[in-house]
Amino acid sequence: MNKRRFYFIAAIIILLYLIVILIGSAQISPLVLLVSLLATTISVATPLTLGALSGVFCERAGVVNIGIEGMMLTSAFFGWFGAVFLNTIWSVPPLASLLFGVLVAIIIGGLLGLLHAWLSVSLKVDQVIGGTVINILAIGITGFLNRQLFFEKNSIFGGQIPHAPGVLPRISIPFLVDIPVVGKVFEQQPIAVAAIVLVIVANFVLFRTRWGLRTRAVGEHPRAADTIGINVYKMRYWNVIIGGMLAGLAGAYFTIESVPSFEPLMTNGRGFISLAAMIFGNWTPFGAWAAALVFGAAQAFQINLQQFRAVIPPEWAFLQYSYVVGMVPYILTMVILTGVIGKTVAPAADGTPYEK
Amino acid sequence: MSIVLEAHGIRKQFPGVLANDDVSFDLKKGEIHVLLGENGAGKSTLMNVLYGLYKPDGGEIRVNGQAISMSSPRDAIEHGIGMVHQHFMLIPVFTVAENIMLGMESVRGLALDEKVVAERVRELSRDLGMELDPNAYVHDLSVGVQQRVEIVKALYRKAEILILDEPTAVLTPQEVEDLFKIMHDLTNRGVSIVFITHKLKEVLEVADRITVMRGGKVVGSTTPSEISEAELANLMVGREVSLTVDKAAAQPKETVLEVSNLRVLDNLGTVAVDDVSLTVQAGEILGIAGVQGNGQTELVRALTGLARVSGGSIRLDGQEVANASPRRITELGSAHIPEDRQKDGLVLPFPVMDNLVLNTYYLPPFSQGLVVHWDRALENANQRIEQFDIRTPSAMTHVGTLSGGNQQKVIVARELSRPIKLLIASQPTRGLDVGSIEYIHGQIIKRRDEGVAVLLVSTELDEVLQLSDRIAVMYRGKILAVVPAAEATKESIGLLMAGITEKKPA
Repeated sequence: MNKRRFYFIAAIIILLYLIVILIGSAQISPLVLLVSLLATTISVATPLTLGALSGVFCERAGVVNIGIEGMMLTSAFFGWFGAVFLNTIWSVPPLASLLFGVLVAIIIGGLLGLLHAWLSVSLKVDQVIGGTVINILAIGITGFLNRQLFFEKNSIFGGQIPHAPGVLPRISIPFLVDIPVVGKVFEQQPIAVAAIVLVIVANFVLFRTRWGLRTRAVGEHPRAADTIGINVYKMRYWNVIIGGMLAGLAGAYFTIESVPSFEPLMTNGRGFISLAAMIFGNWTPFGAWAAALVFGAAQAFQINLQQFRAVIPPEWAFLQYSYVVGMVPYILTMVILTGVIGKTVAPAADGTPYEK
Repeated sequence: MSIVLEAHGIRKQFPGVLANDDVSFDLKKGEIHVLLGENGAGKSTLMNVLYGLYKPDGGEIRVNGQAISMSSPRDAIEHGIGMVHQHFMLIPVFTVAENIMLGMESVRGLALDEKVVAERVRELSRDLGMELDPNAYVHDLSVGVQQRVEIVKALYRKAEILILDEPTAVLTPQEVEDLFKIMHDLTNRGVSIVFITHKLKEVLEVADRITVMRGGKVVGSTTPSEISEAELANLMVGREVSLTVDKAAAQPKETVLEVSNLRVLDNLGTVAVDDVSLTVQAGEILGIAGVQGNGQTELVRALTGLARVSGGSIRLDGQEVANASPRRITELGSAHIPEDRQKDGLVLPFPVMDNLVLNTYYLPPFSQGLVVHWDRALENANQRIEQFDIRTPSAMTHVGTLSGGNQQKVIVARELSRPIKLLIASQPTRGLDVGSIEYIHGQIIKRRDEGVAVLLVSTELDEVLQLSDRIAVMYRGKILAVVPAAEATKESIGLLMAGITEKKPA
């Protein structure tokens, strides 16, 4: 992540915020609005950050993972199912049920990672096709089970959408939360907090530890790693599994942290935007996080503008149309991927199966 | 002297080839043992077996008298065997220290301890007289320095047996000298070295003992004092080969290529070819000598239409061709044997047949209108394979699977089987074995005698001296001097290659 890229990201976020604050200040004080924007940005960026970290681990080890979307969706479903099952059938308290749901989501993600590793490392299937298989599988499995479990009369839930255990409660970060007004930003739900902690951890693991050095080595020049006795297959397997688990945690965000329900296709392309964030962030955790925040800010922009529709000045009338502001995050994705702010460099052996 | 490494009766079968057939080899403590053989003789296979990369189908390996079994390079490293591969096993985006510690990292707690490693790398390299900056990124280093990183990497793992697989193939003459110094220094410290090569001069210069391989078998063992260069060549190739080039005096005729005040920028925008003027006449060979990276690559790319010319003119047979398309230049009768045969000369996944018509497929008889007559291309391929002695299973074999020498023959066959006026040959024998070199030199001389103007670019000084009628020396983008080959000596050209134009006053 170079400075230029960082400034570019900061400039976009500030621009988006300024527009909202200029329009919204007629109704709400700018400071309160800023805090709300920041909180929304961090929350929306959570699955993207985790998805991008998933991509960083896989691709740094040399395996392209286009199946993050499917991993997220499947984990979102099973995590949700796990939490609901414990809560309604076994009457486990809501918080414990939700935490169990998160665990299920991570495990499902890890298993899909294992599947992807098996396809791409052992069977040497084209990695883009392997990932696509996972995406299609995810849509099929979650759609089918969602119908069977929640809409069939003779299912365990009796054809009723069960009463939800709710979502994970907000936690306050000590001291920071006490800062007047701005402190509210530091009141976040656990997965959002975990995502930020994981960015720091991932950066340390990849660039400061033995594991990270070896991971990057097998992603850059697997033969070189092999000649000094590093097990390329083992490194790739584990990193793709770790990537899967991160995508699983991202999946848990959708049904256990954001809203207390599952909808078919609810990940809605977030897995792919994560990959865009990973590329824009030049395959580094902090870069990926910064890029995820841009998408988060774009979403916050969209949500808030729709709220202030009535006070949008007539000369900015185009901002009244929800489909115009709704496009912003996706247009940003495209602009960013065209490489206007410099080229990024993928790991040299990214996407290439290793033949001994 | 005790024997530190011994391979006995090694057999290694690959699909279709017996790469090692009952090969025995031993290495004494503190010696340089040269393993000589042509490409495909089985040298690298044997060394990969000794380094644990290949599992042998038969035979025994002993280290310090003890039979060992190896299943991965890790085992070899544990037994004190280190290897510097022909294609370096370094990660370009890592620093020197990271590359060296990879696989046996020093850690403090969870974090890598780069300081300790950097200090040890500095010490170790200083001790060997080849100072390395542990914090430099490998992609910023020259090939020669990268090789030193590889050597330090092996010694960092406490290697006492060092296998160097064709280490001189990528080095300049000066770097080769430095490498030999380092090797002697290492053997004085008790390190034993296996040196793999197919360059005969080097063998006699550094070897304590020589083992020659051919066709997967050991065909002889000797010492430098018992054998001459010519005898070694015969043993290696299995027939009489001539190491000197026989040629009659040149009979230059009209000027074919006339370059004046040529200026070319490299891809970073710096001047790579600076005000170069030269002429090549029909029936003569103009050799361009110079250390790699002094603008020869850019000069050739400009002459063949592959790089933009930013100043000056190039006249081919009287026509201006600066910034003309490669096809136009080809059609005017220029043939090109490129420096990087795999990147610029061939389409590796294509069959031999297709590669032989890459510059003529669109012309009759191969094409008529929109239709390509593949039957004619096949007929053409079979003729060329016969005529140029290309060793390939069939015309439909992918070029990428052939040996380097045969790949080069495919290029030579394509370029020389049409009427040409100019031949631009850049590093035509790089990485080839004696037999192929002899053949390609013969072809170049033959074209000259038929009246083709030849521009030969080579960093092998011997090659330039042997083939050329006139020699131009290139240094930092300029032609320092053009001398008739008869007046050139290795020393005088060598000085020019280093940029020294006049003797200092005594």
